[in-house]
Amino acid sequence: VAEKTYLQAISDGLREEMRRDQRVFVIGEDVGVYGGAFKVTLGFQEEFGPWRVIDAPLAESAIIGACTGASIMGMRPVAEMQFADFISCGWDQLVTVAAKQRWRAGTPVPITVRLPSGGGFSGGPFHSQNPESSFAHIPGLKCVCPATPEDAKGLLASAIQDPSPVLYFEHKHLYRRIKGEVPDERITVPLGKARIHQEGGDLTVVTWAAMVYTAEEAAKELAGDDVSVEILDLRSIVPWDKQAVLESVRKTSKVLVLHEDTRTGGFGAEIAATIAEEAFEDLDAPVKRIAAPDTPVPFSPPLEKAFIPQVADVAAGLRELAEY
Amino acid sequence: VAIAREAEPVGSLSEVRQAGLDREDLLTVYRNLLVTRGVEERGHILYRQGKIPGSFYTGRGNEAASVGVATAMGPDDVGTPLHRDMGVHIVRGVEPWRIFAQYMGRSDGPTKGRDGNVHMADSRLGLIAMVSHLPAMLPVATGCALAFRIRGERRVAVGWFGEGASARGDAHESMTLAGTRRLPVVFVCDNNQWAYSTPTHLEYATEHVADRAEAYGFEGVVVDGTDVLAVYREAKRALERAREGGGPTLLECLTLRMEGHAVHDDAFYVPKPLFEEWAKNDPIERFRTWLRENADLDDDQEDEIAADVKKLLNESLRRAEESPLPEPADLHEGVYASPEDLDTPHHK
Repeated sequence: VAEKTYLQAISDGLREEMRRDQRVFVIGEDVGVYGGAFKVTLGFQEEFGPWRVIDAPLAESAIIGACTGASIMGMRPVAEMQFADFISCGWDQLVTVAAKQRWRAGTPVPITVRLPSGGGFSGGPFHSQNPESSFAHIPGLKCVCPATPEDAKGLLASAIQDPSPVLYFEHKHLYRRIKGEVPDERITVPLGKARIHQEGGDLTVVTWAAMVYTAEEAAKELAGDDVSVEILDLRSIVPWDKQAVLESVRKTSKVLVLHEDTRTGGFGAEIAATIAEEAFEDLDAPVKRIAAPDTPVPFSPPLEKAFIPQVADVAAGLRELAEY
Repeated sequence: VAIAREAEPVGSLSEVRQAGLDREDLLTVYRNLLVTRGVEERGHILYRQGKIPGSFYTGRGNEAASVGVATAMGPDDVGTPLHRDMGVHIVRGVEPWRIFAQYMGRSDGPTKGRDGNVHMADSRLGLIAMVSHLPAMLPVATGCALAFRIRGERRVAVGWFGEGASARGDAHESMTLAGTRRLPVVFVCDNNQWAYSTPTHLEYATEHVADRAEAYGFEGVVVDGTDVLAVYREAKRALERAREGGGPTLLECLTLRMEGHAVHDDAFYVPKPLFEEWAKNDPIERFRTWLRENADLDDDQEDEIAADVKKLLNESLRRAEESPLPEPADLHEGVYASPEDLDTPHHK
C-alpha cells in the first residue's frame, strides 16, 4: 500500500493489465512517444512497444471503430480520447456499432474508452464537459466514474476485463489533486457497487467523481450545526447501485442528488425519478438536485465558478434540506 | 484524370487457373452467383406476400462483385459485407434458410429477429454484422486488421463501402489509419453509381473513388464489377499483398444498381438507357457465357446446377417458414455481454 495520485493509480492500473494480459493494447492521440496529454501512458511505449501503445492519427471515429474490430478479433483495446469532449467525433462508432453489436448480432465488444472529463481549470466549452449522461442513455454501454485513487485503479481493471464496451470517465481535476492509499497488487472493483464515502444519519448525498469531494467539504460546514451527512459515491452510473441509494434514502429520508454535468437530462434526474417511484413513502422532503446550469461550460474563472457546483452551493442545499 | 489502375478483363481458362481457380471452383462460383440472386428473388416474393416486415434491399447487379471478392478470401480472413453483398454470406457458408428467417424476423435468423434485412452476419464464418450508418464498418474492418498486425497473423480484413458512403469521414479516417500503419485490409467499394437517388457526379469529384487511394499511400484499382473473374483476380492480388505486409488496397467494383435503393423505390431517376446498357452486362449471364465458351459448360451441367439451386431455395424457404417468431420476453437478453459470450473462436 502506497500513497498515490489519482493519475498515478490510473497509470498503474493500466500498466498492470497490459503486463498480465497480452490482449490489452492502448491506442489514442499522442499516447506513445509523448505519453498522453496528461501523461497517463508515460513510459508505456518503452515497455510495451509501438504496436501495443499506438499513436493514432487525429481520428476518433477510426480509433474507436478500430478498437471494436480488434476486440471482435480477440483483443482488449483501451482507447484514450485526449479529452472526453472529443468523444462526440466517435459517437457513431460507440453508439451505433459497439453498443448494439452484442444484442443485435451476438458479437461482444469488450473495449474500454478512457475519457478525461470535467472542469475546474478554465478548460472552456470543449475541454471541460462531463458527457456521461449522454452515454448512460444508450443501452449497451457501461459508464464508470471513479472518485478515489484506489477505485481509479480497481475500476479500470474491471472495465478492461468487462465483456461489454465501458466508458471510463476519469476526472481531470482529480488527477494530481487527489491522493490516497492504493494497494500495490492488482485490485478489481466491481461495476455497479456504490461506496459509502462517509456515513451519516440525517441527509444523503448521491454523487460521483469530483463532486464527492465537494460534498465532503460541504458536509463539514454542516457538522457544526450537528447535521450528519451520508455521502454515497456511485462509482459507476451504468450499472448504478439502486439498492445502495434506496437503503440510504430509507435511513436518512432526505436526499440530495449532485453532479457536475448539466441539470436537464443529467443522470441525477434518473436517480431522483427512481427514488420518487420506489421510496416516496420514506421521504421527508422532496428530492433535491444540484447540478451545473443548462449552459455550455464557460472559460473565465468567475463564470466557471458559477457553472460548476461549489461547496457553498452544496452546503446551502444541504441546509435547506435539513430545515425542511 | 484517372489515377487508379483500371483492371483488364479476364480472358482464358489458363489465366484463371493461374489466379487459383480450377474448373470445379468455377462451377462453385457459378452456383454461388445463382444462389445469391435466387435468395434475393425469393426474398422479393416473400416481401410481396407480406411475409417480410419493414423494407427489403437487394444487390441485383452486384452479385459478381460480392461473390468474386469473397471467393478470393482465405478461411481465416474476415469481412464486413453490406446490403449489396449477399454473395459474401453465401460464399462464406451462411445457409439460405437462415437468411430467409432473418428477412422474416424469425428466431433462427442470425440476429434472431433483433435486426432486419441484410443487417446480419455469422461471426463463426468470419463476418461482422453491418449497421445502417455507412461506412461505419470500415473503421471496424481496419481494427480487425490492426489485431492481425499486432499479433503478427497472416490474415486480412475486408471492409465494404459504397461510393455514396465514400463521402463520409469514416472512410477517410479508416484509410488514413490503415495507410499510415500499412494494415492488412482491403477496402472494397461497391460503386453502383447511385446513392439512393444521387448520381456519382454529386457524390465525388474525382474520376474514380479508387483514385483517392494514392492520397492514402496505397494502390487503387477499378474493376468491372460484372466480371466475376476479374474481380476475383484483383481481390486475390490485394489480399495477398496485404497478407505479405504490403498494406491496404482500395478495390472499386463498378456496377449499376439494377433495382431501386430498396423495394419501395422504382428508381425513376435512373435513365432508362443506362439500365438497358448495363442489362447487357448481367454478371450471371456474362459468366455463364464465359463458362460455355471457355470451360465446357454444357446444357446438362447447367440444368443440373440450376435444379440443385432451385431445390436448395425451396427447402430453405420451407425451413425458414417453420422457424418460430422471437419471444418478446427475450427482448432484454444480451444488451450487455456476459463473460461466457467471449467464449467464441474470435474472442478467445
